[in-house]
Amino acid sequence: MLEPVATLRYIQAVNAAHFWALATYPEALVFGEDVALPNGPFGATKGLHDAFGTRVFDTPISESAIVGAALGAAMRGRRPIIEIMYGDFIAVAMDQIINQVANTRYVSRGGWRAPLTIRTQQGNSPGACAQHSQSLEAWFAHTPGLRVGLPSNPRDAYEMLRSAIASDDPTLIMEHRLLYPDSAQFALDGPVEPIGGSRVIRDGRDVTIVAWSRMVGESLKAAQTLAERGVSAEVIDLRWLSPLDFAPVAASVHRTGRIVVAHEANVTGGFGAEIAARVADECFWDLDAPVGRVGAPDVRIPAAPVLQAVVVPAAGAVVAAVDRILAEPKR
Amino acid sequence: MGREEDYRAIATIRAFEERCMNLKTAGEIPGSIHLCDGQEAIPVGACRALEPRDAVTVTYRGHGWAIARGLPLVALFSELMGRDSELNGGRAGSPFFSSPAHGFLGENSIVAGGMPMAVGAALAAAHDGSGAVSIVSVGDGALNQGAAHEALNFASVFSLPLVLVVENNRYSEMTPIRDMVRVERLADRAAAYGMPGVTIDGNDAAIVEKAVHDAVARARAGGGPTLIEADTERLVGHYSGDLQAYRPSGEVASAREREPLARIRRAAAEEGPDAVARLDAIDLEVSALIDAAVKGARAVPYPDPATVREHLYA
Ligand SMILES: Cc1ncc(C[n+]2csc(CCOP(=O)(O)OP(=O)(O)O)c2C)c(N)n1
Repeated sequence: MLEPVATLRYIQAVNAAHFWALATYPEALVFGEDVALPNGPFGATKGLHDAFGTRVFDTPISESAIVGAALGAAMRGRRPIIEIMYGDFIAVAMDQIINQVANTRYVSRGGWRAPLTIRTQQGNSPGACAQHSQSLEAWFAHTPGLRVGLPSNPRDAYEMLRSAIASDDPTLIMEHRLLYPDSAQFALDGPVEPIGGSRVIRDGRDVTIVAWSRMVGESLKAAQTLAERGVSAEVIDLRWLSPLDFAPVAASVHRTGRIVVAHEANVTGGFGAEIAARVADECFWDLDAPVGRVGAPDVRIPAAPVLQAVVVPAAGAVVAAVDRILAEPKR
Repeated sequence: MGREEDYRAIATIRAFEERCMNLKTAGEIPGSIHLCDGQEAIPVGACRALEPRDAVTVTYRGHGWAIARGLPLVALFSELMGRDSELNGGRAGSPFFSSPAHGFLGENSIVAGGMPMAVGAALAAAHDGSGAVSIVSVGDGALNQGAAHEALNFASVFSLPLVLVVENNRYSEMTPIRDMVRVERLADRAAAYGMPGVTIDGNDAAIVEKAVHDAVARARAGGGPTLIEADTERLVGHYSGDLQAYRPSGEVASAREREPLARIRRAAAEEGPDAVARLDAIDLEVSALIDAAVKGARAVPYPDPATVREHLYA
């Protein structure tokens, strides 16, 4: 087992949470494509099969059956943790997630539980094709009955996955491939947090930037650039889209009067639209400017790096969005 | 087709992919690529049994199919390099390119994602009376997708002109197919759909050509779909970064004795030094061809970022 405090890369943190889960819950199972003998396509499940034997196993390339089997096993007392290799491939299992998993507790009035965790990674990377690059969190955050978290750093990768596994609700953890090499030092033996909770990760006075997943880091970079110009930006990592912890966002907007929401997904119908609507609904009288939104333009994701570079949002887009709303005359 | 033609066609694909690996290492090809080293006799044999009117749909491991189908080498290299290729203008990259001009419905990086599409192409042929056949290649692991089952049943029930080529390279990414299916042969599954299924040696282009030719003839005559399981082996990793730790030691070395080029070379060696010399000459020609194609591709500009929103809607 690991030391109580460790320096881990994001992907190692995911791995550590699996070790914790299998040791903590005798009913936990880990399965998916290439997760056992090949040690996981990205290494998230490395060493688990050696340590826990048949509780960790490889499956056929059958996403629909993987998700459905996790649901059925969960309904009969297991606690499955499954991996879908790329977020894009969840499309193949959509019926099981949306029509089956999300309905289980509700229609049985709590008679059934579905304590299953679906892990995947998503987002863009240079040269990845249009079927390996999408950011699809809005599909799931739109669906009541599911919990959805997007860890932006190694510590959250560990803690949020533990929260997901410990929860009796079906939970999707959507990692970001480009964050896997990031490392951080944190405690491994603390209490398991309940699901939910956003976090203010940088204090500021002039504008609030809300982000999740990879765009948290980009927003911090943007805040640094803005600080050099005398603009003080507060950055909030939303962490969980469901349940949505909106209070810290409202409190921040109350102080700053301005907000930009930043995500990697397409703008239209993205979860940023939900934040914008909530701000309009609950913080309207605090606003000094329209809500700024940053995301990919509404196109497919092209493979060529020169094209990706203009589609995938980064710190510069956040700075530009902040500049745009700061230019609005104060009423 | 003769031995030397087979050699030339297979060597061209092999050399193309070896160059891809070099370009990837040099940073000229971004992202990951999936090579078909060792499997080339399948697309070479299959495409020889096809006509221009036929529809071709393949997996993400499809460089070989594209070359065998006649897609230009410069266009392929430039697409893989993220340049403004005449294929997809850098929008598709290695695992997802296509070409309407070649009846090439595309690679597909969703496992089995191309199978229902290929059924649709067969459906179109059945309706327009063109006599075209739709051929689709997938890996062994793809047969475990729900979409594969739905596609095969659909094609069979309407007797559509579909030919499915399952390239059984024994691995589904990093997991042996033996651990993931209980039927002896993947071709056995054909019976469940009421269609013929055959298992063939996929490392011999002539054998592949014959099997595909027979299936195509049957499909054109209204006899419905056929499943062809072509046995083969991968000589390289699943993708460009795969170290293949999961493969037993010696496996790749022994596969190298059975791979298509080695076989042809052995036969030539038995025939005599002249035959071997002719193959050596082909290697040189192929290498020059690939050099020229890379040079041509490097001259293709990168796409204009201002065009990124184009072509989304009619
Ligand atoms: C729906 C879906 N699930 C998983 C993957 C990830 N993946 C890419 S290739 C591959 C293995 C495919 O094996 P097989 O069909 O045997 O083809 P091969 O790679 O051997 O040519 C997997 C699991 C994917 N691309 N699409």
